[in-house]
Amino acid sequence: MRRFTAALFLLGLGMMIAAIYQHMDFSNTAVNAGQAINAVAAEETGAANFVTSVVLAYRGIDTLLELTILFTAAMIGGMVLGRRRVDAPRDPDAGFILRTGADLLFPLLLVVGMYIILHGHLTPGGGFQGGVILAVAFFVPLLARPGITLIDQRVVSLVEGLAGATFIIIGLLAMLDGKEFLTPLLDKGEFGALISAGTLPILYLAVGIKVGSELAGLLAHLAEAEALD
Amino acid sequence: MDILDSNMILYSAAVGLMLIGIGGIVISNHLIRIIFGIALLEAGANLLLLLSTYHEGASAPIIVDGNVPAMMADPVPQALVLTAIVIGVGILALALSLAIRVQSAYGTLDMREVRLKLEQEISDEAGIEMPSSSHAPAVITAGSAAAQQEGGS
Repeated sequence: MRRFTAALFLLGLGMMIAAIYQHMDFSNTAVNAGQAINAVAAEETGAANFVTSVVLAYRGIDTLLELTILFTAAMIGGMVLGRRRVDAPRDPDAGFILRTGADLLFPLLLVVGMYIILHGHLTPGGGFQGGVILAVAFFVPLLARPGITLIDQRVVSLVEGLAGATFIIIGLLAMLDGKEFLTPLLDKGEFGALISAGTLPILYLAVGIKVGSELAGLLAHLAEAEALD
Repeated sequence: MDILDSNMILYSAAVGLMLIGIGGIVISNHLIRIIFGIALLEAGANLLLLLSTYHEGASAPIIVDGNVPAMMADPVPQALVLTAIVIGVGILALALSLAIRVQSAYGTLDMREVRLKLEQEISDEAGIEMPSSSHAPAVITAGSAAAQQEGGS
């Protein structure tokens, strides 16, 4: 009975969405903010990747709020899982192949993550994607050797707080300059060069480190959760 | 509407993913499956958001070596989805950590059993019998803390 009503509900929902789509022409939206941004972004921000311009310059405050959501999720995850008992049993180490692979992957993932973060204003990628790769770099060794303490939670919190503070301080510096919050500062530099687009790469570095440390802390909490019967 | 239109297929895929996700949340009783449903729903929603400004033949909104493409995709939904994916990972990790707590507290991830045990716990705490239905009046059990309080006052 429950399955039947659920199927009926889904059918109705699908028909409703389909009906909405019949009346929408999504490829030609009435609000052409995107095309307008494409036309002026290179001039205004100096970043070759317009997605980065949108994330950090045109809607930087949204990015700040999204970082707050991620921070809240990570904090509550840590609160929910709590500390493990000292005598709680641990999973045994993984096999030889996973352990060796984790050792080899760790520096590689760090380099790739930093590369993706630092080239966020030039190529596809940026702080969010690179940050996740950084977090994975710290998580893979934990999978291979469940006992090791690779990262201190206090250091993680400190790094995360500093990165978040950097983001906000750069935003406030723009206000000191008489501009709006999070307006890109500094010289735009040569278009397409690594050091260009003013403060955008610094902001993305802060985002990357914040996302990386938050997710690494959250994943470490998950890995630390006591083994279940 | 042409059923074989490529846009139509893409939209159906996105809406289909969302429907499968919602179906998983509504129908399944296992907590892990519900979390998978949330993940699928999220993937469908992200795809729908990206498709909302999809142009056939448009290139990514990135200028490489100074070549400006004739038509570039809209960067706004891409930026939205970019952050949404990372937040999705955080939300999934949070959901899984809650599932770990449920498993350690109740010893099961089946929502029917968890609901029953939760009901039992609430009734014990309040000193009333397990209600036979949600409309049944509460019956105070003899010897419970609530009953003794009633007698003392």
